[in-house]
Amino acid sequence: MLGYILRRILAVIPVMLLVAVFVFLLLRLTPGDPAAIIAGDMATPAQLERIREAMGLNQPLHVQFFTWVGQLLRGDLGTSLISSTPVAGMIADRMGPTLAIALLTILMSVALAIPMGVIAAWKHRSGADYAVMTFSVLGFSVPVFVIGYVFILLFSLKLGWFPVQGYTPISEGLVAFLKNAFLPALTLTTIYVALIARMTRANMLEVLGEDYIRTARAKGAPEHRVLFRHALRNAAVPILTVIGTGFALLIGGVVVTETVFNIPGIGRLTVDAILARDYPVIQAMILLTSFLYVLVNLIIDLSYTFFDPRIRY
Amino acid sequence: MRFKTRNFDTSSVALSTEDLSVHLPDTPGQPQVLKQIDVTIRQGETVCLVGESGSGKSVTSLAIMGLLPEALKVTEGRINLQDRDLLPLSRAQMRELRAARIAMIFQEPMTALNPVLRVGGQIMEVMELHTQLPAAERRARAISIMEQVHLPDVERVFRSYPHQLSGGQRQRIMIAMALVLEPVLLIADEPTTALDVTTQQQILSLIEELQANHGTAVLFITHDMGVVAEIADTVYVMKHGEIVEHGPVEHVLRQPQADYTRDLLASVPSLSPRPARPEGDEIVLKVEALNKIYGGGGILKKLPQTHAAKEVSFTLTRGRTLGIVGESGSGKSTVARCIMRLIDPTSGRIMLDGQDIAGLSRNALRPHRKKLQVVFQDPMRSLNPRWTIAESLIEGPLNYGTPRSEAMAEAARMLTVVGLPENALKRYPHQFSGGQRQRIAIARAVMMRPDVLVADEAVSALDVSVQAQVLKLLEQLQDELGIAIVFITHDLRVAAQICDEVIVMQRGAVVEHGTAAEVLVSPAHAYTRSLIEAAPGRMWDFQNFKEMPEVTHANPS
Repeated sequence: MLGYILRRILAVIPVMLLVAVFVFLLLRLTPGDPAAIIAGDMATPAQLERIREAMGLNQPLHVQFFTWVGQLLRGDLGTSLISSTPVAGMIADRMGPTLAIALLTILMSVALAIPMGVIAAWKHRSGADYAVMTFSVLGFSVPVFVIGYVFILLFSLKLGWFPVQGYTPISEGLVAFLKNAFLPALTLTTIYVALIARMTRANMLEVLGEDYIRTARAKGAPEHRVLFRHALRNAAVPILTVIGTGFALLIGGVVVTETVFNIPGIGRLTVDAILARDYPVIQAMILLTSFLYVLVNLIIDLSYTFFDPRIRY
Repeated sequence: MRFKTRNFDTSSVALSTEDLSVHLPDTPGQPQVLKQIDVTIRQGETVCLVGESGSGKSVTSLAIMGLLPEALKVTEGRINLQDRDLLPLSRAQMRELRAARIAMIFQEPMTALNPVLRVGGQIMEVMELHTQLPAAERRARAISIMEQVHLPDVERVFRSYPHQLSGGQRQRIMIAMALVLEPVLLIADEPTTALDVTTQQQILSLIEELQANHGTAVLFITHDMGVVAEIADTVYVMKHGEIVEHGPVEHVLRQPQADYTRDLLASVPSLSPRPARPEGDEIVLKVEALNKIYGGGGILKKLPQTHAAKEVSFTLTRGRTLGIVGESGSGKSTVARCIMRLIDPTSGRIMLDGQDIAGLSRNALRPHRKKLQVVFQDPMRSLNPRWTIAESLIEGPLNYGTPRSEAMAEAARMLTVVGLPENALKRYPHQFSGGQRQRIAIARAVMMRPDVLVADEAVSALDVSVQAQVLKLLEQLQDELGIAIVFITHDLRVAAQICDEVIVMQRGAVVEHGTAAEVLVSPAHAYTRSLIEAAPGRMWDFQNFKEMPEVTHANPS
């Protein structure tokens, strides 16, 4: 097991190296001279030369690459071309809101979706099942900005329960944080509840047909015990996969929600950087998102062994 | 044959059903699944409920447990457990009775235990649900019952997960779980059907031993007349939801009254082998020193190796049948898969019509595939459910360039040969019974005009009456077309009926090889003898309702 974890962690290195190569080439393969892109249309040849010198563009490609990777490993993600501040600091500032909302969303989604999926499977083809399935289709197909604005209209403008927009970090108090974070999280929750509830229902349906469920009933186990102790853990692995990938997607930043609720998160940082061609920021974001994906997948794979003893590495 | 002749007239009644009827209320016509079932089981008695699939024996047991699927409803009758009618009880009251007063064990020990929970915990759960015992006491009792079912190394098994145990051990866990609270009635639904004969024998004697110790009444559901002969006090024969006959075991086996019982008994294949047909001179399949080794790979350390087939050699001539018998894990299926080149043998030669196919590449093998066809065990899964029968039948010939119209004509002809109507061509597999599907699977294989047909447990999933028909069909095809058959089976009765020659395998090696008569009547190897001795009901000639004639072993060792 330990050996497996070690091997999996080592396997992250080539994946990330490959991503780094792509990210590095992104700037170098863009048509035109990177220095010209960075310097803008009005630059003089002397200015261009200075930028080339500063970026090391005069050196051979592989030297440039290793210099750059060396900087990355020291935590130096470069400097924004627009704001001239270190990229690492910019991302760190924006990570808080995105991470907080992602966690809140996943917590709420799991808390709602698992019971919904379990009940839908248990009462297969009943009113409850159809209600859950209808909700799933709606939650998945109504665009997220529509849901967001409807929630603002309903909970903020009509009922006045929550502020319309904005973000308060947890450091300024949990209540203040939740007041701002709840609506965006709820908006995202509709999608993830739909996804996780469907997955739970499908897998529970399969597991409930298994012989050991009949055995549990023959032992006189009450239904809640049959469902949650005997069935759910057997259905857990695919559900876990969906939750994990969902979380990784959320950390990558959710542009629409951040825009609707005016949250200073990763998603908006990325979009702003793309629109402004702020290459160092774009590069850092690609690296970061890839790294988070690899990390989350590793954690999911390792957690399988906790739910299913037959999976041993 | 020594039947049980215990008398229970003075024992109290553990369970009785009166006029028990079950319907499918939501299906048009409200078909009746059980019709006025009357069964009485006394304390300490073993009652066998026998019948073929669809006869209603499992529905009866589930009705007693109160675990009928939602579509089925009890419409009439009483189920009395020690004179208390169970049908009016609430769900919660029924839950309290389950495992505490009536316990059940099931057919598939591989799937009946929860794979993600430790078996010790699963046994203790029964006590958590029904008693107030402290944890230490629950554990002590679980350990004690595990010792009573003769599990080895109880402390280790207690902490094991189901997948770490063998099929026999899992069934022992199920039995321990069922009996830990000393229920009045144990319902055993085909508990040994999925097990090897030697394991079956052990489980049967375990149930008998525990029954004697605890005075449990046992309702034993089975389709296997051999098992009935061994363990029953009383037999109930079921057909289409009705009890057609019941009585003491010896009475039912010696003087069956109902026609159905007579038919059922007559279809039990006899253990005495039929005479072997003469060996031909045209060798179609010759296997030489075949080996298959699994494992041994690994980058950092060498993984343990499994020698699944060791130096297996045999010769098969046109029109003859060679049986490969053995228990699970003996390597018989490995040999079959190697011959078909579904897996690659590690070494050895497989001469098909004089050509060695053991080392051929997938492409080079293609022309030879046609000559070698297979019929698998489970006809429910071996036909593509989304294809019509016609599509399944003609796919092979089309692959080898037969024009479509010609292949269709042949498919229609083939269906009539295997005894199905021609309009079956346009239908889908789920519209047929298991026996019919197996006929379709055979038709599919024979469509290719193979020289060798490999039948891997091809009749094991079928009822005895259907089994007899399919065996007859195979023999008829063999006579007409001269196909040679490699017949893989764990069932010695089936082997006795169809094989000319038999190979007995144990742990990958051939331990005995000879004509069916030599191997089954005067076995030379201890393992073969143990297999034959474990065959239930081997002293009884079911077809003729009397004892087997005394067999003298030609070469006792």
